[in-house]
Amino acid sequence: MISIFFACAKVLFLMALAPLLSWFIKKMKAISQNRVGPSPVQVYTDLWKLFHKDMVISEAASWIFHAMPFVLFASVLSAASLTPVSGAVSLFGFTGDVIVFVYLLALGRFFLTLAALDTGTTFGGMGSSREMTLSSLAEPALLLSFFSLSFRTQSLSLDGIVSYFSWQSPIQILFFTSLAFGALLIVTIAESGRIPMDNPATHLELTMIHEAMILEYSGRYLALIEWSHQIKQIIFLTLLANLFFPWNFSGMSGFAAFGVGIGLYLLKIFFLAFVIGWIEIHSAKLRLFRAPDLLAVAFVLAVLSLLGQLIIGRGV
Amino acid sequence: MAFFFFAQISLHILGAIAGFLFEQHGEKANRSTHLLASLAGTAGVVFALYILLTGKSWVLEIAGSLPVGPLRLEADLFSAFFLFVISFLSLATSLFAIGYTREYQGKSNSPSKNSKVNWTSPNTNQFPQCGNWGNPDYHKEKENKSQDSPGNLLSKENGCQDKKNIALLGFFYNLFILAMLLVVTIRNAFYFLLFWELMSLASYFLVIFEHEKPETRSAGVLYLVMTHIGTVFISTAFWLLYIHTGSFSFDSFRAGAGFLSPVFKNIIFFSALLGFGTKAGIIPLHIWLPKAHPQAPSHVSALMSGVMIKTAIYAFLRFLLDFLGATPGWWGNLILAIAIVSTLLGILYALMEHDLKRLLAFSSIENIGIILLGVGMCLAFKTQGQTLYAAFALVAALFHILNHAVFKGLLFLGAGAVLSGTHTRNMEQLGGLIKKMPWTAAYFLIGAVAISALPPLNGFVSEWMTFVAILLGIETGSTGMHFFLPVLASLLGLAGALAATCFVKAFGISFLGMPRSKHATGAHEISGSMKLGMGILATSCLALALSAPWVVKILWKITNTFSNVNLPMESVVQKLFLISPSKASQFSPLLLAFILLGFIFGSAVLLRIFLGKQKVRIGPSWDCGMPRLEPRMQYSATGYSKPLRRIFSFLYQPTRHVELEDEGHELLRTAQRFETKITQPVDEWVYKPLANLISSLSQKAKHIQTGHIQLYLSYIFITLILLLLFWGGHSS
Repeated sequence: MISIFFACAKVLFLMALAPLLSWFIKKMKAISQNRVGPSPVQVYTDLWKLFHKDMVISEAASWIFHAMPFVLFASVLSAASLTPVSGAVSLFGFTGDVIVFVYLLALGRFFLTLAALDTGTTFGGMGSSREMTLSSLAEPALLLSFFSLSFRTQSLSLDGIVSYFSWQSPIQILFFTSLAFGALLIVTIAESGRIPMDNPATHLELTMIHEAMILEYSGRYLALIEWSHQIKQIIFLTLLANLFFPWNFSGMSGFAAFGVGIGLYLLKIFFLAFVIGWIEIHSAKLRLFRAPDLLAVAFVLAVLSLLGQLIIGRGV
Repeated sequence: MAFFFFAQISLHILGAIAGFLFEQHGEKANRSTHLLASLAGTAGVVFALYILLTGKSWVLEIAGSLPVGPLRLEADLFSAFFLFVISFLSLATSLFAIGYTREYQGKSNSPSKNSKVNWTSPNTNQFPQCGNWGNPDYHKEKENKSQDSPGNLLSKENGCQDKKNIALLGFFYNLFILAMLLVVTIRNAFYFLLFWELMSLASYFLVIFEHEKPETRSAGVLYLVMTHIGTVFISTAFWLLYIHTGSFSFDSFRAGAGFLSPVFKNIIFFSALLGFGTKAGIIPLHIWLPKAHPQAPSHVSALMSGVMIKTAIYAFLRFLLDFLGATPGWWGNLILAIAIVSTLLGILYALMEHDLKRLLAFSSIENIGIILLGVGMCLAFKTQGQTLYAAFALVAALFHILNHAVFKGLLFLGAGAVLSGTHTRNMEQLGGLIKKMPWTAAYFLIGAVAISALPPLNGFVSEWMTFVAILLGIETGSTGMHFFLPVLASLLGLAGALAATCFVKAFGISFLGMPRSKHATGAHEISGSMKLGMGILATSCLALALSAPWVVKILWKITNTFSNVNLPMESVVQKLFLISPSKASQFSPLLLAFILLGFIFGSAVLLRIFLGKQKVRIGPSWDCGMPRLEPRMQYSATGYSKPLRRIFSFLYQPTRHVELEDEGHELLRTAQRFETKITQPVDEWVYKPLANLISSLSQKAKHIQTGHIQLYLSYIFITLILLLLFWGGHSS
């Protein structure tokens, strides 16, 4: 019973923490540009404000437009409940594996891109087409890096992979998985729509992908979409942290272990957010047709990681 | 229980002739023939379910004096599964056909109540309600010509006077289903070929039903040629088995084929692969499929894509698992290679289509590839002696056969509904149909989600099983396979993601946004029987996913008919969970659906409780300050797939052609035409050289054809002498 409580608390914790993480990256960028940047409260008040605003809906919109924010939110939350946060147990991890995780995110994206076409604007179609193109190319790299990890761990479930790695010595882990880490990092950047794949701050029509799709959204729906986007970003960073920096203090139990676990977890994901932010500060957005090259690099990294696992052999 | 099978057969025969009893173009002919077909489908579902649930197979043997042996029909679990798929889909398509074929009767059944809302132009739908619909370019040309009174011109030009013969359609339709039913139950190679040919010919006549259009006729010829090339190989395979065993019966094949020499076995395998591969539409033998399937009436396309190409898989599996016994390892690998090529190329070509039915036909090639991935893994495991894993892979393939029949059937019926509501299947002329055809849109969306392998619908369940089956390969086999199989699985993931892109495009461009032409503006919702037919399939998409553990239990029993050991069911299904036999993962479609729905409704309800009802203002879409958004400003289907066309340009080899017209100066531009085309490498590199070779050979052979009868008589004489010399030399 108490474990179910903790598992629920972890999903809620992810939802609450997600805006803060995107604040952190925004603040990093602001500092690098000699701006003051927003306060941490700002991101939460933004969401709050959007939730309470009235909506303007296009006259061409159908029920797909109304359903999409909820489907997207639900798909991201389902994926979040398959993700082990700290410790190797997730809320609903027993109901599915990495394949389910990937396809749950694809479900949200399917409806997101449909809704973009729903209002009949050019921007929507453009964003939709680009999003589907890039995510189609990201998907094999994402799956293959999971498969290469699962070759060693002999488990396809996220819980199983994470729990295997949390008992391995650090050097071994780094050696085995650093290539898969590179692949997943690129996919993370693509999936969370950050530079160099997509620019979350742009309002220049020709360069945007994610923003172009949700141009017609306002009020409560927009809040849900933005929030889902932030949660998706934190899920990927959590996965990166738990798969590649799985170290934890053992020997504690109950609330002490929970507290220390959360503390370490925060440290890891803010470090990864720093890495994402650092890349964002130091690189320019790629041209659309150069982005597949980067995703191809991710795929090759995943292939190499698989080869590495094959050479070293399977775990026990 | 045999009563139901006889009932099914006789109802189809009755249905085939019933139409001729009434006025052959009329509603009575339509109703009688299709209602009898749907009744037959119901009887077949009962019969097949009884066998699948009880596990008792059924045999009928009619001894005759023919030298080829008795006519033996047998429905074991494996055959019963295919009987179920055929009967179930034909039940739905027959119901759909009742409303659909009304369009062929030449009377307007829809005064279009919805024409109040007009996005593009006030004068609306005067579309012909007869046999000439379905040509994507037809109305485009005609619209340009006839501005003022399109109705009159159209009806004169496309010949509405001669209505289509519904009784004939019903005859071939019933015959087609009947032939498929017999193909999967017959146990004698001679009769098998007979029924196989019957199936091919009946479907040929259905393909050319709208024979007024030249492209329909040419597609029909291509289909006829390709299917007979396939039949040659199938006959060869059976003939070789006959030579070896001295009998046409399947039982003797099973008993005798174990002692075949490896060379003989390989020849039979290749003959079967080429023969049944042609029918199944594997690349590079697929060229007939995207041409022929779209030309048939939509409910027939649904059957052809949904089940006819699966009969080839059925027969191929009979050869591989039943007749040929132990198989060499490279067969499985070869099938895997063919499968992944078909999967990827099939979906990549589907992406480039903007004809709704051609898009669906190409996606059938992709799904045959996914099915063959399961089959290939099954063979590979079988060679390694991993019966448990082999059974799991086979279940994945069978489940995908069932699922693909359901959702592809649904999507083809959806395309048919769009065709009957708008009289075009060109996506570039559609748009905004979700408002005019809400039911069709909902059903098509369900099919699109299912075929994109997204949870919580059935497509995902079988794709998950295929993924797991491929990844099981890293538990066994060689290191090389340990490397290739995960890469193969990730390529399957790529195909899945591309399928999602393809169907976002298909649904989004056709049903969402603003109407792009008069066809879309004047769209009307389909009739009740069509809704019913699609509704059955749409419901099954969800039901098959939620009940997946029970479905897998039944499919598991089928695999036991091929391996003599009873494999433990607990290693793949436990309560609500599907389990990987290697214990690597588990998945519960039912729980996942509950979690998803819980989050969707939970978030909606919580928002409503805490924040109350939201004030909504309806306004125009953001137009960047332009005077008004025009439907033409929307993304087109061609534009939507442009990034992928560019990324995969090494494959598509796209060519573009721009034509500009101006009045003396390049700035005074009056018109601009843009044309883009992709090349099909298989056509370019295989079939065109082949066709050139044949025509140049026949050019050379022309010299001996002078037209003088004396010369031909002397040819015959010379042949006779040569034959006499040959045979005489032989006997002495």
